[in-house]
Amino acid sequence: MIKLTEYSKNGGCAAKIGPGDLAEVLRQLPKISDPRLLVGIDTSDDAGVYKLNETTALIQTVDFFTPIVDDPYLFGQIAAANSLSDVYAMGGKPLTAMNLVAFPVCKLDPEVLLTILRGGQDKVAEAGALIVGGHSIHDDEPKYGLSVTGVAHPNRILTNAGAKLGDVLLITKAIGTGVLTMAARAEMFPKGAAAAVRSMVKLNRTAAEIIERFTAHACTDITGFGLLGHLHEMANASGIGISIDTTTLPFLPEAKEAAEMGLIPASAYSTRSYLTTIKFAPTVPEYIRDLCYDPQTSGGLLVSVPEDVASQLLTDLQQAGIEEAAIIGRVSNKERGEIYVY
Amino acid sequence: MFISVDARGLACPRPVIATKKALEEMVDGIITVVVDNLAAKENVMKFATANQCKVTVEEKDNLYSITITKGQGVVADLTPKIVQNDSVYLITQSTLGQGNSELGAVLIKSFFYALLEKEPLPRTIMFINGGVFLTTENSSVLEHLVALNNKGVQILSCGACLDYYELKDKLVVGAITNMYSIIEELSSSGKAITL
Repeated sequence: MIKLTEYSKNGGCAAKIGPGDLAEVLRQLPKISDPRLLVGIDTSDDAGVYKLNETTALIQTVDFFTPIVDDPYLFGQIAAANSLSDVYAMGGKPLTAMNLVAFPVCKLDPEVLLTILRGGQDKVAEAGALIVGGHSIHDDEPKYGLSVTGVAHPNRILTNAGAKLGDVLLITKAIGTGVLTMAARAEMFPKGAAAAVRSMVKLNRTAAEIIERFTAHACTDITGFGLLGHLHEMANASGIGISIDTTTLPFLPEAKEAAEMGLIPASAYSTRSYLTTIKFAPTVPEYIRDLCYDPQTSGGLLVSVPEDVASQLLTDLQQAGIEEAAIIGRVSNKERGEIYVY
Repeated sequence: MFISVDARGLACPRPVIATKKALEEMVDGIITVVVDNLAAKENVMKFATANQCKVTVEEKDNLYSITITKGQGVVADLTPKIVQNDSVYLITQSTLGQGNSELGAVLIKSFFYALLEKEPLPRTIMFINGGVFLTTENSSVLEHLVALNNKGVQILSCGACLDYYELKDKLVVGAITNMYSIIEELSSSGKAITL
């Protein structure tokens, strides 16, 4: 049996370029502005949004990464769920997708590639979208992902900007896929590693459809920058502060144990050194702090809603089978971008 | 047992896996792991700490050398130093030596500090006459005496002396004793030292 992760150094969203390095590069590019561009790169959002007409906006996103699991079919599913998630995070519906493939055709059986693509296609079908093409190149390190196109009403776009004082924050998946995929590579914590895979293959479709029924102010998905990295992006874009109650954070089984054992992806440390506006209460243990920076692959949605609808949203999510959903904190009147974790 | 692990150039979690293998190979001993990046250093240290090992790290030329002590070396370090011989000290005044009393006060302080550092520790320290000023409130050596007491050294103050100086309700460290017990302690000791 082939072990796909042996072909990659950093799997999944842990392979993402750090927010600090990325910001430094993007800063040097000329700014783009157009009246029809609703969401560009300024607010660190998950996808670009372009207004076609008064009722339809186009949502475009792309994401690909190196193998995060050994099983090619699961890798295809996870990569697709992760790419589709960006459309859901914007409040949209995916319509079409294109495959992005890098593959060592000489070293690995083409059957492996077929299985990856089958996983991707099945997940895209589950989302009710179509794969309409793609592009492939030779590469020693396999990589897979999709470019996804979706639509939404221009007035119903959810971005990082928009969270308001009085809002409550919810997440829809448990944290810990980064440490647990590390654990899988180390052949430790098999129960937690299996739970992480189940979480990563799960689409954010149902969660997004439920959130759409509420007056959400801001939404994103939690991926490579970890919970705190994405909270920070939301806080910055919305011009607000956030406080997070770690006792209510949902963690995948054995994630705490894996973090305590030092099975932490390197990118968690770079995100940690980049984010300077995070304050931890002294009572928060080190492994919880590490998990707050843990890069997630195909993570859940992070949504900011008015406090009076939060408990109803939570109930609806849980009744729809999204049991890990939890209220994790609130918008606070702290300085913009400041996050207090207790 | 000693194992050296070179984890330079390895991406996470490989340095942790290499450390895990080394730890599994030994019951007691020291492992040194060399890594070349901060994440690997943090992770290896977390792993070793979570496995009840003692960990130290040295950084040089962007390389981290992590020393992990497993087994008995650690146990001895974590338990209080209860290694004792059977020497007994009899302290007869609140200062050390004859002459200037200010100097004597400084000397008694450094005496107890040094005693605390010296292995093996005495079995008992007894305080008579002016010595009881050392075990009671306003003594400058209380901190050292408490530390000695915590490490298992018996601290005894003469009851009649405490009475005489009206210090009985001001005793901070150790217990009260009488002349019979003092004599018994002195005569049963391997070495009795009077100051």
